[in-house]
Formats: sequence, C-alpha cells, structure tokens
Amino acid sequence: MSSLSATIQKIFNEPGCAKNANKSDAERNKGCAKQLQPGGAAGGCAFDGAKIALQPFTDVAHLVHGPIACEGNSWDNRGAASSGASIWRTGFTTDMNETDIVFGGEKRLYKAIKEIIKKYNPPAIFVYQTCVPAMIGDDINAVCKAASQKLGKPVIPINSPGFVGPKNLGNKLAGEALLEHVIGTEEPDYTTPYDINLIGEYNLCGELWQVKPLLDELGIRILSCISGDGKYREVASSHRARAAMIVCSKAMINVARKMEGRYGIPFFEGSFYGIQDSSDSLRQIARLLVERGAPCELIERTESVIAREEARAWATIELYKPRFAGKRALLITGGVKSWSVVAALQEAGLELVGTSVKKSTKQDKERIKELMGQDALMIEDMTPREIYKMLKDAKADIMLSGGKSQFVALKAAMPWLDINQERCHAYMGYIGMVKLVEEIDKALFNPMWEQLRRPAPWEEVAKNRQTNRMAQIDVQAVDVAADPETTRRAKKVCFCKEVDLGTLEDAIRSHGLTSVEAVRQHTSAFGGCCKRRIEDILTKMPVSSPPAMLQAAE
Amino acid sequence: MAIVTTPKKACAINPLKMSQPLGGAFAFMGLRGAMPLLHGSQGCTSFGLTLFVRHFKEAVPLQTTAMSEVATVLGGYENVEQAILNIYKRAKPEIIGICSTGVTETNGDDVDGYIKLIREQHPQLAKCPLVFVSTPDFKDAFQDGWAKTVACMVEVLVEAPPAGVERDPVRVNVLPGCHLTPGDLDELRTILEDFGLNPSFLPDLAGSLDGHIPDEFTPTTIGGIGVDEVAGMGRSSWTIAIGEQMRRAAEAMQAKTGVPFRLFERLCGLIPNDEFIAFLSDISGRPVPAKYRRQRGQLSDAMLDAHFHVGGRKLAIGAEPDLLFDLSSMLHEMGAQVTAAVTTTQSPVLERIGTNEVLIGDLEDLEELAGTRNCDLLITHSHGRQAAARLKIPFYRAGFPMFDRIGAGHQLYVGYRGTRDVIFSLANLVIADREENHQPAPDSWRTSRRSLKPGRRSFVDATEGSMA
Repeated sequence: MSSLSATIQKIFNEPGCAKNANKSDAERNKGCAKQLQPGGAAGGCAFDGAKIALQPFTDVAHLVHGPIACEGNSWDNRGAASSGASIWRTGFTTDMNETDIVFGGEKRLYKAIKEIIKKYNPPAIFVYQTCVPAMIGDDINAVCKAASQKLGKPVIPINSPGFVGPKNLGNKLAGEALLEHVIGTEEPDYTTPYDINLIGEYNLCGELWQVKPLLDELGIRILSCISGDGKYREVASSHRARAAMIVCSKAMINVARKMEGRYGIPFFEGSFYGIQDSSDSLRQIARLLVERGAPCELIERTESVIAREEARAWATIELYKPRFAGKRALLITGGVKSWSVVAALQEAGLELVGTSVKKSTKQDKERIKELMGQDALMIEDMTPREIYKMLKDAKADIMLSGGKSQFVALKAAMPWLDINQERCHAYMGYIGMVKLVEEIDKALFNPMWEQLRRPAPWEEVAKNRQTNRMAQIDVQAVDVAADPETTRRAKKVCFCKEVDLGTLEDAIRSHGLTSVEAVRQHTSAFGGCCKRRIEDILTKMPVSSPPAMLQAAE
Repeated sequence: MAIVTTPKKACAINPLKMSQPLGGAFAFMGLRGAMPLLHGSQGCTSFGLTLFVRHFKEAVPLQTTAMSEVATVLGGYENVEQAILNIYKRAKPEIIGICSTGVTETNGDDVDGYIKLIREQHPQLAKCPLVFVSTPDFKDAFQDGWAKTVACMVEVLVEAPPAGVERDPVRVNVLPGCHLTPGDLDELRTILEDFGLNPSFLPDLAGSLDGHIPDEFTPTTIGGIGVDEVAGMGRSSWTIAIGEQMRRAAEAMQAKTGVPFRLFERLCGLIPNDEFIAFLSDISGRPVPAKYRRQRGQLSDAMLDAHFHVGGRKLAIGAEPDLLFDLSSMLHEMGAQVTAAVTTTQSPVLERIGTNEVLIGDLEDLEELAGTRNCDLLITHSHGRQAAARLKIPFYRAGFPMFDRIGAGHQLYVGYRGTRDVIFSLANLVIADREENHQPAPDSWRTSRRSLKPGRRSFVDATEGSMA
C-alpha cells in the first residue's frame, strides 16, 4: 500500500493540472478529490475509474481481483467500440469467496491469470486491485511480476482499490500503471513523421471513427489511442509518437505530461466536439507535427480539409437554425464537455440556460465564460429536485446529461438527450455535430410531448362534473322554492342509481306492489343499497292495500 | 434428480452472478418512501445504481456510506452516522434500509451496534425505521440478499398481533421472490383481488418500479408498501410465499404472528397455476371466476400450438435458482430437454430440476456446455447475448439484468396468462430462427447426415420445416 499512497501523492502533485498549479504546497498534498459525503455521494470509485479508462484496450484480458460485486455488477456496461479484438468484452474476475478472505487471494489470482493465458492467450493481462484484497493485503504487484516471469506474458497490476478515492483518481491511477509498466516497453514496426497519440479518448459508440477518416486523409497516423479501440502493442510503443492530443484532460493529464517529460512528445488539449473545436484540434495536430519535423505542406492540406468539412457541416446545420430559435437547453455534464458541448450547441442556434461545472477545471470555466458570457449560469451542484423543478417550470426546453439523471427530465415530460458514456449515438467531429443537432431536433419536436403533457381525460371530466353538479344544486334550490312536491318527488333515492322517489311511488301505486323484488322488477332500481330505501318507502306509503286488486274487483 | 456441482476454476469468466447487497437493496426498493443504503465504498453503490437504471429505465434511489481508505481502517461508524443523518435530512425517507458489502464485512463493522448508538445520539431519528442486513459480497448471490432482507423486514417491521385479535379473513400477505417482475406482481394482485382477497405484497416492486410518472419529484422510492401496512401484516389470514427463497421470510412471519403460510415454488406453468388458483378458491371460499377458466383454456391451447416448436429443443439456461427452476420446469413440461443448466448459488430446488446436472458457475460454463451438448435455445439474462451470438442459437432474455431491451419491468411470467405469453414468445423466437437460419436446401439432408457437428441442427430443422 505504501507504493500506492506514493503514487497517489504523485498524482496530487500533477503540475500539468492548472488547478493544482495555483495551490500552495500544503493544499496540494491534500489532493484535489473532494471528501466524499456519506449519504450524499454519487458516482464511481477509483476502481471504476481505472477500469473504464483502460477497458477500451480491446485485445487485453481485464481481470478484476475481488469479490463478485466489482465485476459481476458492472461488466459489459460501456459502449466502446472495437475494430477487431473482442476479449475486452469478456468479464474476468477472481470472484473471491470467504476462504480467500481468510487465507488470502494471491494463489487464486495467480491461478486465474494462468487459466486466462491457457484459454484465451491474450497479448497481455491487466489485473485490477479492488478494496477487499487490498484490505487483506494481497500484493498484486508481486503476483503480477511472478506471473509475468513464469508465464512469459505482460501481466500489468492496476492498483486501484475503490476506497482510495473517486472515479477520476482511478483514471489517473490507470494512467500511472501504463506509464510504469507498459509505455515504452516495445518498439513500433516503423515510424512516420505523422505519428500521433490520442490520450483520454475512449471510442465510445465508435466516435473515434468519425474523425479517423480525416486524419487518414491527411496522412496522420494514430500510433496509439489511449485507450479507445487500443491494442496492447500500440500503447507499449506509443512513446515513438511525434505529438499527442489529450482529449479528456481530467482523466489522463498525467500520462500526457509525463510522456512529454520522458520522451519529448509535445501535447495539447483539444476536443472533437463541435465544429470550431474539431477544426482547432486538427490545426493543432498539424502544427505540432510540423514543429516536430513533418513537411510544412501538412498545414495547408489540413486547412483545405477543414474548409471543406466546415462548409459541409454548416450547410446542414443551417437548416435547423430556424427550428431552434428561442429553444433553451440545460447541460448537466462534467469536465471538458461542459464547454466543448456548449460551443457545439451554440453553433446550432440553441440558447444555453446553464451548464454544470462540477467536474470542470478553472480553465474549463474560463472557456465557458468566453462562450456564454460573464453571467453564464454555472451550476456547481444541483440536486435532482432542483433540476426537476427547473424543467417542470419549463425554464429549459431540453436537457442534455448522462444516463443516471435522465429520468429527472423524462418524468417532467421534458426532452432529454444522453451525451455521456451510455449513449448510443456518436457526436464527434463534423459528422457527429450534425448528428447531435439531428438528435436534438428529433427530441425537441417529437409530437409525443404534447400528448404527454395533456391531463388525463378524467381529470377534465372530473372538473366538468363538479361544475355540472354545482349547477344542478343551484337549479334544485330554485325548484324547491317553486314547488316543494316536485322537488320531493325528484329526489334520488340512492346515490348509485338514477331512480327518483316519484318514479318509485308511481310504480308502487299503479301496480300495487308490496315487496322490494316487485318494485325492482318494475323500475330500474336494483342496486344493493337501494333495498333499504325501497323498504322505507313501502312502509311509509299510505296505500298498502293493492289498488290492482281493487281494480280487478271493479 | 439433478446433481449440483461447482466448477474448480480460479477465474470466473463472464459472471452470471451479481452480488448479495444488490439483492438486499433491491428488496428495500419495494417499500414506500425508502432509501436503500450500501455500507461500502462509493463504487459498490454506483455499480448497483447503473445496473438497476439500465434494467428498469427508471430513476433508482440508492445511497452509499462512501467508505474511504481511512474510514475502512478506523471503522465506519462515522460514515454510517453521517449517511443516515444526511439521508434523513435531505430525502426525508419513511425508512432507511442498510446493507453491508465486502469492504465493511471484511473489516468487521458492527452496524447493529452502530445503529443503537446512532439512535441514542440522535433522538430525532426515533420515528425513522433503520433496518440493517448483513450481506457480504464474497458470499452467496443476489437472490440470497433479497431473501435475507425480506426475512429481516418481517422480523423487524411486522408487529405481533395482540392476543385475541381476530384475523382479517380477506387479507393475505404475499412474499414474492426476486425473480418476479413488477408486471408479475400486478398480475398476482389482480388474481387475488378477483377472489375477493386483499393482498399486501412485501416487498411491492409493482408500486415502485413499474414505470409510472409521479406528480412530484422524490429522491426516495415512489409507491411500494408502506411501513404501517407491513406492521399490520400479522392480522392477515394467510401468507403466500412465491419461490423457495421466500421460505425463510414466510417462516419468520409465522413464528412472529402465527399466520400460516403456503409456499408456491413456481408460478409459471399449467400445474403450478392450477394449484395456486385452487388454493385461492379454497381460502376465499369463492368459485374460480370465469376469467381464469377461460385463461386456463387459452394456456392449454397455447401449449398445444407451441409444443411442435418447443418440444425436443435442447435448452441451455442460466439463472438464479428460483427462476431457473421455474422456467426450466415449465419448458421441461413442454417437452424441451434441459441440457445445460447453470446457476449462481445453492438452493434446495436445484436437485429437483429435470436434468442430470446443475452447475453453480458462470456464463462461460453455460456457453461451453451449450456448445458441446448441441443446445439450440439459450435462456439467460442480457449478459448472455454474446454467448448466443457465438453459438448462433436463438436467445431468450430472462431475469435480471435485462439492459439491452426495453420493458423488462413488465415482462409477465406468472399466472395462466403470463405462462401463455412466455410460451408464445419462446415459440415465436424458435420459429423465426428456423425461418432465418435453417431453411432446408437441396444439400441439407446430405450434409446433415454426414456430421451432426456442435451447433448444427439442419437434420432436425428439415423435418420440422416440412411439418410447419
């Protein structure tokens, strides 16, 4: 554990992090993770973060060392896409039982590694440490080392027990594991002056492939993408890249910065969300490559590709602008997306009522202000209740957020769009931007919303009935004043049936009825509750001798 | 009949099993105004939350004590205390249900003791029930967590009726297993009410996770059975438990209140429903309503129509014990052969499944068995979709989680009507598979005779094709 806490300290000292750079030494040592609040916390743990950061390496076996909870409850839940290998989709876990807890799980872990190599023979195995084995003192570093030596395969320990901190810390721990055990351990078959690394890009929904054709066209090779659609060998030889783009700075800034320090790979932070940002990113990549020795003509070619793509995308989006006029969006997401998506939405003509900045850096916030103006509503922490109210009061026309808060919007009968990891559409690059606009349009103008917001018919009917009843009472009051006998006869005998006193009396009189059954036969009074009322009427009626018999006698 | 075996492998591959605390938390979601709380690190809750949301497509209340490394070493009292106070203040729950996890069981937190201390320290909590269940991740499975938690609810929340108090003849308790969907509970409620009975479900997921739209946003569960109603369950005339897993809760109910129980191991299939309906007619003293006589006829007819397609199928099925027993028995009775059966945890019903062997294992085991034994129908939860694709056999989703299709909460398995629907969907799946993948060709007889390789069924299909 001492090496793990040392690693965490190193991460807290990250000079590449703008937020961190502004802190005093003492503050920095405390780390940037906010103290988690029991009973008020949400979001994943460090293990979750490490796993999601690395799982998109598609040809690696990801083995989770822990009880069933860590893998059994979470595997197979992210839509990263692979161009070939599929072993990353297989869930491997040591499924520790009570005996392992008592006697230690190291032997089981070693055996599990051996089994995986025998059955699946992947190029490498990543072993994730979780809370319980960390508590009982399983030394996964030692097991992995021994397994690597004996079995002749890279077995990489990812030290990420959940309780050390939140998801984001786990992302960085995953990066540290790559830096320590993987990056620089192999050499690429060949290199070109156009080799780049993408860091913190996970190819969710195959998004990366929306941008890759443009890079291909420019002759730029993605030497390694960490970790979307990644392969073990690629990341192992990624130290030969000429430049790097960091796509999600919150997750893996440590990887980018340390690779710059160790191997002299310059990096920049960019985004492929939104037209402007995509263009900027392409420009930056070209600029960095040229600075590192690529021919200058790359910049010109890049500009012409940008011009072409922008024109095409703008032309498509232009069609939506009139439809979006006056429509307001609420954006609840985190980190880099809090501003990169703002840019995208504004390009589409939407008005932004607010954006969450819970996981954003100072730089992110500066960018938001740039885009949305000084009085942009930056939401630090909004409870679901507040979001619900905001939507219910129609202060926004659509909410964009991650899957876990979707029902807050949907149950308020407001359009919602997933822009986080569980979504099933890709929004990257120029094509993705058009797709996002299309999806927003579909969500906003779905005719369903109008139906859903209508009250149920019985609510209307109930209202009408109430009005009618009031009117009836008024009329009756007038009648009483006019003619007491008519009113008396018009009185309903019972609440269930529409039989009035007059009708019953007439029936009894004209047919000389004596029993409840007979009355029921001649009138529409048949409910159980009428029975007693009819009996009352029968006893009260002055003519008990049947007039029918009298008539017959006559 | 069946021998229950456990595989000797160190690595679980493609887990079928989910952890015990989730089952416990799930049970708490069937109480009104409840906030389930997992005592563990943040991830334990986060994974569970994601899983439930993906299955039900609903907002799901679930909280964490957010155990940090330091708290884990020093003990989690303060975290439990803070979590309860925060939840009490923010969510205003009617009950807080606490489940332990692997982390807090390993360090040995005495949560029962903590709760006592918290009650002393914070008298404002006096009216808020706090129910704790010990559910370590490294033991048992989802179904056990549910079973333990419901038993615990009975022990803590149900009040023993004072002596001499008369039982309500029309009131019955229903203790449903976790394999029943909210749709199943709705169906059961209708059936019971049609017999003039007044059922109390514990837990009642039909009220909380049936996908309705509330008027107001609430951070706790919506619907479900209220704590007050649970307290009065001792006045019912009968307890109906569904699934072997509910035996413990039913016994606890009987021990505490003297309410007799009848356990129905399964409610999918003709005979189990005959027994159920006969029992209801018996305890209610009412004749079986015409509706159910009709439904029984419909089910019989469905069985007649479907047996051509389901009969002879070699079934590979992976599910938690009660669901496994229920579905595989029904299909066995329809003429399918239960060829590969995998489950997650021990249960007395496993031995009685109509097959030679039941394996407590994972989806890799199921896939292997299905492959080597030429199974031609796979039933398991959504994680089995990759295996089905590799095996190239029709795949029917059953159980939790079902995240890649919508409407999971409303799937119906119980009653004559539910059984009829399951049989139709399964048979249609088989028919569609034949049309798409097994049309006879001039060579199909020739090639099939040469070798009946794993996964090849062209011989059978050619005959079936001509029959249909």
